[in-house]
Amino acid sequence: MTRRLGYAYLAALLVFIYLPIAVMMAMGFNESSNYQLPFRFSLIWFDQLSDNEILWRAGRNSVLLALANTVVATVIGTMAALALARYRLRSHAVLQLLLFPPMAVPWLILATSMLIFFYYAGIGRGLHAMLLAHVALSLPYVIIVVGARLYSFGPDLEEAAATMGATPVQTFFRVTLPVIAPGVAAAALFAFGISFDQFVTSYFLSPPGVTTLPVEIYASIRKGFTPEINAISTIIIIVSMVLLLLVSRFYRFGGTQ
Amino acid sequence: MSRVEIRDVSKRYGSVVALNQVSLSLADGEFFGLLGPSGSGKTTLLRSIAGFVEPEAGQILIDGADVSRISTHRRDLGMVFQHYALFPHMSVFDNVAFPLSVRHSGKAEIKKRVEEILELVQLGGYGQRRPRQLSGGQQQRVALARALVSNPRVLLLDEPLGALDKNLRQQMQVELRQIQREVGITTVFVTHDQEEALTLSDRIAIFREGVVVQAGKPGEVYERPRTAFAAAFLGATNFIPGRVADRRGSAGTVVLEDGQTIHTLDPLPSEGMAVTVTVRPEKFSLHVGGRPTPDEDEAVNCLAAEIVQPIYMGASITYRVKAGEIELTLFHQNRESRIEPPGSRVWLSWAPKHSILLEAPGGDLL
Repeated sequence: MTRRLGYAYLAALLVFIYLPIAVMMAMGFNESSNYQLPFRFSLIWFDQLSDNEILWRAGRNSVLLALANTVVATVIGTMAALALARYRLRSHAVLQLLLFPPMAVPWLILATSMLIFFYYAGIGRGLHAMLLAHVALSLPYVIIVVGARLYSFGPDLEEAAATMGATPVQTFFRVTLPVIAPGVAAAALFAFGISFDQFVTSYFLSPPGVTTLPVEIYASIRKGFTPEINAISTIIIIVSMVLLLLVSRFYRFGGTQ
Repeated sequence: MSRVEIRDVSKRYGSVVALNQVSLSLADGEFFGLLGPSGSGKTTLLRSIAGFVEPEAGQILIDGADVSRISTHRRDLGMVFQHYALFPHMSVFDNVAFPLSVRHSGKAEIKKRVEEILELVQLGGYGQRRPRQLSGGQQQRVALARALVSNPRVLLLDEPLGALDKNLRQQMQVELRQIQREVGITTVFVTHDQEEALTLSDRIAIFREGVVVQAGKPGEVYERPRTAFAAAFLGATNFIPGRVADRRGSAGTVVLEDGQTIHTLDPLPSEGMAVTVTVRPEKFSLHVGGRPTPDEDEAVNCLAAEIVQPIYMGASITYRVKAGEIELTLFHQNRESRIEPPGSRVWLSWAPKHSILLEAPGGDLL
């Protein structure tokens, strides 16, 4: 009995989470432009989407930005995690503690402060500013994810490599990196996701004519909602799902498998 | 094959002194055991030789050249860690090949050498396995093979047998010593297990609070401890306090509080001084019934005592006895299959050469 209740509860939960998404995805395949029922299957919105230059350009910006962010944030973050985990730094605890607030401060506030700072610093707005902002936002996540992996084994392996004549560079590429690879891969996917999903900072930092997908979607919705948005959202959801499955393969979230 | 010399090496962590002007000298091919309780500095010294710890003062010389400011990877070492530190993402072969491949040796040469050394540690044919597929003892051998494969100058062992169970440990002790002799490599070995240190080492050094309290051959340090700490750390012992009664002749006399006297061959300070004598529990002979007749040529020590508690241990019996106010422990070979009950009056005898006079009487008890 309790078992059945449990299943019912779980099912209700999944419906609660997935129903809106499912409705939205379904409407992407509905012929009517103003969500009229009955449902008539059609790919017309995907077809229209393929002609929408603005959305495509925004999409390309988003993907390139996310890829650049992934590379930059993962490299810098991994190096920082190594330094925190393996060297006795002065004010080590303070540095580590300072990693957490950016994750707790609302993105809206961070974005505002970045906009103001970039204005004064002469960095201005544009894709380069967005890249800086996205790297700053994803670094704490990368450092924490890679750091968790580094802390799971001691400095023994690296010390052992050194006694065997490996230079620090050889040690990193032949011992440390292969061992922390799952953590680095998971961190890279996090970084990609943070950038690709980023709306607030991108919105603040996009000059006229240069937008990312989330910003463009928001703009389109304000202009007038068309199921094209459902179509592109469907594509994004599928890509995100695949990414998430990859992450959970590399990085076990607490549980076993 | 190398000489290692430690000269006045000091290291502090904050206000804690980990090493205080430690000097040791290892001969070529010697197996040297560093022994002491945790925090005594033995591991810090090993890690200084490895280059993981930079000493504040002093020098570490390998074959006459100071390496104390050289990075670890240039020191030409082999090291076995307590938990082996095998690379989990590599096969056994790749683990053992690592020291050669970072030195850019040829493929054919690597293959030949790795197979040779795996043969030496009796792991021929295990090359393609992963470390986690091996038992603890096998992992230990892989670690040893990996440490030796490049023919380093010095082998460092950090409690290498600590993670093994007792039987395997004893078996590995024998193998480790055999392989070390075969290769002839100068070896520094850290352990807190005194029996292991005695079994394996050519010489040992006992550490306490960053200082070497005594160094020498295991037999010397065990039979002739200079301080109460060294005596108590290397196996069980008894401490007998007394005063110098007579220092003339070859065997001096110490009188105990209850008036009984014991003899020692060690040079005694002036008459009337308080001293502490130590006697190992296995040096005592137990006599039931009358007082034993002394040997003709040797003044035999003889104390009257009363059994407090017998502890049956199979091959031997440990007796806790009381001689006057002094509590003593003695090991008795279980030849007669007979246990003396508590309260029995007995005599203990031993040769004067086993009464060891300690430095700094009373002040240095653990």
